[in-house]
Amino acid sequence: MELEADAAEARGRRDRRADRAFRGLLWLAALFVLLALGGTAVSLTWGGREAFATFGPGFLTSSEWNPAERRFGALVPVYGTLVTSLLAMLLAVPVSFGIALFLTEIAPGWLRAPVAAAIELLAAIPSIIYGMWGLFVFVPFMAQHVEPWLIERMGPLPLLGVLFRGAPLGIGMLTGGVILGIMVIPFVSSVMHEVFSVVPATLKESAYALGCTTWEVVRDIVLPTTRTAVGGGIFLGMGRALGETMAVTFVLGNTHNLSLSLLDPGNSIAAAIANEFTEADSGLYLSSLIALGLVLFAVTFLVLAAAKLLLLRLERAAGG
Amino acid sequence: MRVLVSQNALYLRRRLANAVAMALASAATAFGLLWLVWILWVTLRNGFEALGPRLFLDSTPPPGAEGGLANALYGSLLMVSLALGIGAPIGVAAGAFLAEIGRNGRLAATIRFLNDILLSAPSIVLGLFVYELLVRPMGRFSALAGAVSLALILLPVVVRTTDEMLQLVPISVRESALSLGLPQWKVTLHILFRAARAGITTGVLLAVARISGETAPLLFTALNNQYWSTDLLAPMANVPVVIFQFAMSPYADWQRLAWAGALVVTLFVLLASVLARSLLRGKAAP
Repeated sequence: MELEADAAEARGRRDRRADRAFRGLLWLAALFVLLALGGTAVSLTWGGREAFATFGPGFLTSSEWNPAERRFGALVPVYGTLVTSLLAMLLAVPVSFGIALFLTEIAPGWLRAPVAAAIELLAAIPSIIYGMWGLFVFVPFMAQHVEPWLIERMGPLPLLGVLFRGAPLGIGMLTGGVILGIMVIPFVSSVMHEVFSVVPATLKESAYALGCTTWEVVRDIVLPTTRTAVGGGIFLGMGRALGETMAVTFVLGNTHNLSLSLLDPGNSIAAAIANEFTEADSGLYLSSLIALGLVLFAVTFLVLAAAKLLLLRLERAAGG
Repeated sequence: MRVLVSQNALYLRRRLANAVAMALASAATAFGLLWLVWILWVTLRNGFEALGPRLFLDSTPPPGAEGGLANALYGSLLMVSLALGIGAPIGVAAGAFLAEIGRNGRLAATIRFLNDILLSAPSIVLGLFVYELLVRPMGRFSALAGAVSLALILLPVVVRTTDEMLQLVPISVRESALSLGLPQWKVTLHILFRAARAGITTGVLLAVARISGETAPLLFTALNNQYWSTDLLAPMANVPVVIFQFAMSPYADWQRLAWAGALVVTLFVLLASVLARSLLRGKAAP
């Protein structure tokens, strides 16, 4: 009797010890996530310190990028990153909204799953494939069919015309922005699709009962209820677009000239790093590229954090 | 009578607005699918043209010569496996922490938040991190560094799906097991993981699909290698970087090989994603 109780107690102690070790192990693994993000921030700051020390805050405002004279400024890549991402969102947001609307309100039941899966496949295609397709197929297409038309029709316009001047090379911000837009469509549309489909049926049915058309239900019921989450989806797509590398590296042209025209070759932070990293011949050059990486990391972190906060608000509301 | 007419006009206008909106939404969907078809068609057509047995037997050639992608395929396979070996256990363990120990606490919420950011963070930046972490101290590019950077990209995907899939297991399962006197580690390993196996496998497969086409972080970790190499501490060829280098080159032979590589990667990635989804659907249905 005594022996049995002892054995049970020993067993309990052993289990508790094993449990403590188990929990510690899992905790350590979870810490890796924090280490990965924290380590990235610290190592990029460390790697970019030479550039920050040399150029100070002027690093962000200078458009000069001259490896021969070792003078580096981030303005052109930062500008290119922002412009291509904005173009991408201009394309991706309305299209994604249309896709989400189609999937939740229009498509017959049997069509929904296959179409949703096909759109998600767009996200599965590796970005280097987008880049290659862009370089060999889409750039010539833009150069022959789209850009001459834009230059002819839009170029002479006042104000807006500045964006559409130059030669129809095919490579440039416009092409990069369109490809980025296609790449982020699946991310934005899947968030919109998801939140549209959790709008309570009673809300929609009440509106239909009052005689609303489908479009009126979407505009006046679905969109207002899901506004913050839709914003979150848009920010999520934006975060993706800002950091996307290979697809734009192929088609941007990698020049460090600041140009207002969307048809001129440009650059982006990610493309500059990808193109020039292995060519960097001085410590300062390398450090400037890593400093560019830090700028990109900081911007995407903020955009993605905003996205996550907006999405969390809906989750909390839905969870009660 | 007049009231009726104006009401009819209003009704027509509303119907018209509705029809326009629905037509635009359908057009947007067709627009999205158009790109998918276009890109896949171009990749398949160009890739099949360049396909042949030498692709899998010969190493990458110098410009103008015949060759294949054997060394790059081997390198990719090795680095992806290594990344899987490093990232998947840590990811599953971290996901189990979130679902089983952290639960709704503040620490778990913070980790989930940051994990989601890591999930969408630019891969090129993670590559720079590994460059500073491994390549610079070791003094050279290496396959190991490439694998670690891929593991960093795989990690958040696995963490998130493991967390979500474990949370789907009903709480009563945990309670029944614990009430039998089982310690938590046995409950987690033997019962919860078994219940969530299909979901976790899906997450791992999706993560593998994602890293097998990943290029940017490999540019400054594994770099590239013209020759067959099995040395983990030396630069190693891999399909994405070879595609990048060959596609950007002016040589027609190299561009053909790039298309062949693109086809192989795309087929692999699509197969993995479709397989992952069907796994999950088979599980979720009953």
